[in-house]
Amino acid sequence: MHEASLAGGILKLVEDNARREGFVRVTSLRLEAGQLAGVEPRALRFALEALAPGTCLQGAVFEIDEPPGQAWCMHCCSTVSIAQRGAACPGCGGYQLQPVGGTELRVVDMLVEDV
Amino acid sequence: MCVVCGCSETGPAGVVAEGTGHAHVHAHGSEHEHAHVQVDPRHGDLHFGAGTARVSVPGMSQARAVKLEADILGENKRIARHNRQHFEAHGVTALNLVSSPGSGKTTLLCATIEALKARAPRLAVSVIEGDQQTSFDADRIRATGAPAIQINTGKGCHLDAPMVAEAFARLHDHDHHHDHHDHRDHHDARSLLFIENVGNLVCPALWDLGEDAKVAILSVTEGEDKPLKYPDMFAAATLMLLNKTDLLPHLHFDVRRCIEAARRVNPAIEVIQLSATTGEGMGAWLQWLEQRMAAPA
Repeated sequence: MHEASLAGGILKLVEDNARREGFVRVTSLRLEAGQLAGVEPRALRFALEALAPGTCLQGAVFEIDEPPGQAWCMHCCSTVSIAQRGAACPGCGGYQLQPVGGTELRVVDMLVEDV
Repeated sequence: MCVVCGCSETGPAGVVAEGTGHAHVHAHGSEHEHAHVQVDPRHGDLHFGAGTARVSVPGMSQARAVKLEADILGENKRIARHNRQHFEAHGVTALNLVSSPGSGKTTLLCATIEALKARAPRLAVSVIEGDQQTSFDADRIRATGAPAIQINTGKGCHLDAPMVAEAFARLHDHDHHHDHHDHRDHHDARSLLFIENVGNLVCPALWDLGEDAKVAILSVTEGEDKPLKYPDMFAAATLMLLNKTDLLPHLHFDVRRCIEAARRVNPAIEVIQLSATTGEGMGAWLQWLEQRMAAPA
């Protein structure tokens, strides 16, 4: 359940930003958790909702985008889509794959209120 | 750092003036407004437009958009980079040992330390042990004569870079007190640091500790398809140690299938088969360690 640690990291990022930017409340927070990032979006949402009360994230809407998994197939010499690690190349059926997309784990942006 | 403009002022928290949006006071005291952020003159709202932020600010509300674009693991990565530099400065090759509970990590470590004592008596080896509770594992390591620090994570399911930074500082401190006469020698030689992570095949995959490599340990009493069930860990590892091979005659474990599964998620993963109990395969593992120390990443 490392999503709880990640949610703590997200809260810290947001709170550090709140101090610098002077806002008091986040109404909407947009994250990216790529398909190959090793994170379960549902667990991350649950962890954020559990953590939010009493913080500037209380009542915030969490939007979690999941950029699709993409890998470079060394056999096909092209970028292909894979839904998970260990999946075969849809082109050649091989496993000589190097993930190149869908590994993002980021806070993208947020809507905040000053009062 | 100001996240909107990216300027590297790290003074006191920025002060936002009413109606001026992102205008803030930097450490040097010069208030400035950021030209690339459009400010609504009536409400002071900030417009990041339809650019990369992909957000719009409702002109009638007090809400404003703040673009962060921040890596959630960024702070851990920053400290991990610091650890890596610190290890390098001290000639330390650090290895992050990851596995499920019961794969034999601690037994393997004790056997490795004993074997290294015979093979390279001057090599300094130290250990950072991670577990939720107890210092049983650190006690087992200390019994071999190697310095060890236990980290108890409480409810935490993995070690992170700040924990390792603190443990390494303490290990090092401890070393200084014991070996002050041998200080120079100690710093010139390369040494090994094993970081035994919390037994967990999922969470530790994401946290960089500043290690030279992750080593995943899988025992043959576990399933041969485990690399496919827990792909992130095997994708993050440089080496897979297939442990407890002395038990193979008693099990239905297809070694070839297991290695195939590991290479499906990580085509570049190296594999060594060994038994910490009988010593079979230990030579290949010790050789791998020596190569890693000779050519650190």
